[in-house]
Amino acid sequence: MIDAFSSFFARIGLTGKRFVIGVPMIWLLLFFVLPFLIVLKISLATEATAIPPYTPLFDWSGGWPPALQIDTDNYASLVGDDLYIVAYLSSIKFAFISTILCLLVAYPIAYGVTRSPKSWRNMLLMLIVLPFWTSLLLRVYSWIAILKNEGLLNNLLEWLGIINTPIPMMNTPFAVYVGIVYSYLPFMLLPLYATLERLDHAYLEAAADLGASRTRAFFTITLPLSIPGMVAGSMLVFIPAIGEFVIPSLLGGPSTLMIGRVLWDEFFLNQDWPTASAVAMAILFFLIAPIMIFQHYQMKDLEEL
Amino acid sequence: MIKQGLSPFVATCMVLGFIFLYAPILLMILYSFNESRLVTVWAGFSIKWYVSLFSNTQVLSAAWLSIEIAFITATLSIILGTMAAVVLVRFGKFRGRTAFTGMIAAPLVMPDVIQGLSLLLLFVLIQQLFGWPGRGALTIIIANTSFCASYAAVVIQSRLASMDRSFEEAALDLGASPRQTFFSITLPLIRPSLIAGWLLSFILAFDNLVIVSFVTGPSATTLPMVIFSKVRLGVSPDINALATIIIVLVSIGVVVAGLVLQRQAADRLKMQAVAG
Repeated sequence: MIDAFSSFFARIGLTGKRFVIGVPMIWLLLFFVLPFLIVLKISLATEATAIPPYTPLFDWSGGWPPALQIDTDNYASLVGDDLYIVAYLSSIKFAFISTILCLLVAYPIAYGVTRSPKSWRNMLLMLIVLPFWTSLLLRVYSWIAILKNEGLLNNLLEWLGIINTPIPMMNTPFAVYVGIVYSYLPFMLLPLYATLERLDHAYLEAAADLGASRTRAFFTITLPLSIPGMVAGSMLVFIPAIGEFVIPSLLGGPSTLMIGRVLWDEFFLNQDWPTASAVAMAILFFLIAPIMIFQHYQMKDLEEL
Repeated sequence: MIKQGLSPFVATCMVLGFIFLYAPILLMILYSFNESRLVTVWAGFSIKWYVSLFSNTQVLSAAWLSIEIAFITATLSIILGTMAAVVLVRFGKFRGRTAFTGMIAAPLVMPDVIQGLSLLLLFVLIQQLFGWPGRGALTIIIANTSFCASYAAVVIQSRLASMDRSFEEAALDLGASPRQTFFSITLPLIRPSLIAGWLLSFILAFDNLVIVSFVTGPSATTLPMVIFSKVRLGVSPDINALATIIIVLVSIGVVVAGLVLQRQAADRLKMQAVAG
């Protein structure tokens, strides 16, 4: 049966190797690349009261060749309206600060795991990864009970006598930072751990032999050698955090406008698909450089195999 | 010699880090047994939120739909992911390799809102041209697979790259065709990564809210969509109960899978020791 199939495929020029490359390639072209071209196309269309709610890019009424209808108003309104620029800049700020915070939280943990006894390491790694196998939505939600005015953290601080009236933490930038750091921590931790684990101990031994203190050896050897892991982890946090929707909409408030939420609202509330597409293109434009850096490190990893 | 062990600073950071990771989850579990509707005030032990959860047909049908979608997505993802991993690891340089690697890696970081919007626009275009497939479970499965397959490919390729190739070479020397070799030697050897890739894809697909919200239609409401609409209205105790069930099931799954994979690895080492 299988042989009959394969001889049929061979006859039409589809050998095993071409088949194995072809199937994922076609899948990716169809469901990853083509959709972006369509977003680009629709970002140049005009909003219309129709189904789907935009004008066609090509006007076929005049026969061949069709008239090209390009409408750059969507982009003009992105630049002209403060809402988009503010949301855009604040997304960059949130993603950037969260990435730094993630790095500060993750580094000592990753370093600590590599310094733990060998028999513990797998166990510790599993404990780090385990929470992230459960729902992101529920993990973000779990912070509401901690951060709200009558929540755990305020109750604790009041009980300790540190504060008299609750500090508002929900719907503030603080809550969004906590949410992003909490949700993206493993994406920072795992690449950091991988780099630190591979680090050649001969360097550290040489430093110790030459009389360097542990702190000095860390800053002159371990830290610079772990830069690839830091960059890879930072990109894995920064890029998706830019377009984050769930965290700002559950933990953030009016002061924590992020571009992912603007895109969501344009699409779901205003039904303005062309503007939503233009917002998507604007986010993508900003992400090209970080994605290239990420790809570069990812490729290096793949080529080292 | 360098000093082994942890400095007090690093040890403190690790303890605080683990508290940060686990406190919110443990609190959610604790509150799910709370009698009071006010989530943060303890009023005695109760399982009433579990009872109300299991009588909520909207939640139950959404959960079942999410499980079905995640199951099909995970299966498709490891098939595509295995093919992609073989291409990345075994096919060396070919025309389009850089583009191929890029297309595999990009979905790992692409923001969900962009992937969701772009796939929806694709489905709408296909609908306009062919009058099919509408919006519902099928479009959700395709959308989920389009990013889960990348995760599966990454997991599988790392195993494929590190595996011992001598068994494959022996099979080829003994006259097996490349296809026979792949199905009877390579696949069993990379099975742990297939299981890991399947589980990861299942959970990512089960959990996705943003991409799914874009590509779904009125006929298909998944569990994260139900949770999100409830959570937006504030903290609700039955969500704590639901979270507890999901956390317990996932933890059991991950721990069991981890133990099985470790046993298999140990068995393989023994086999290699015997063979060697």
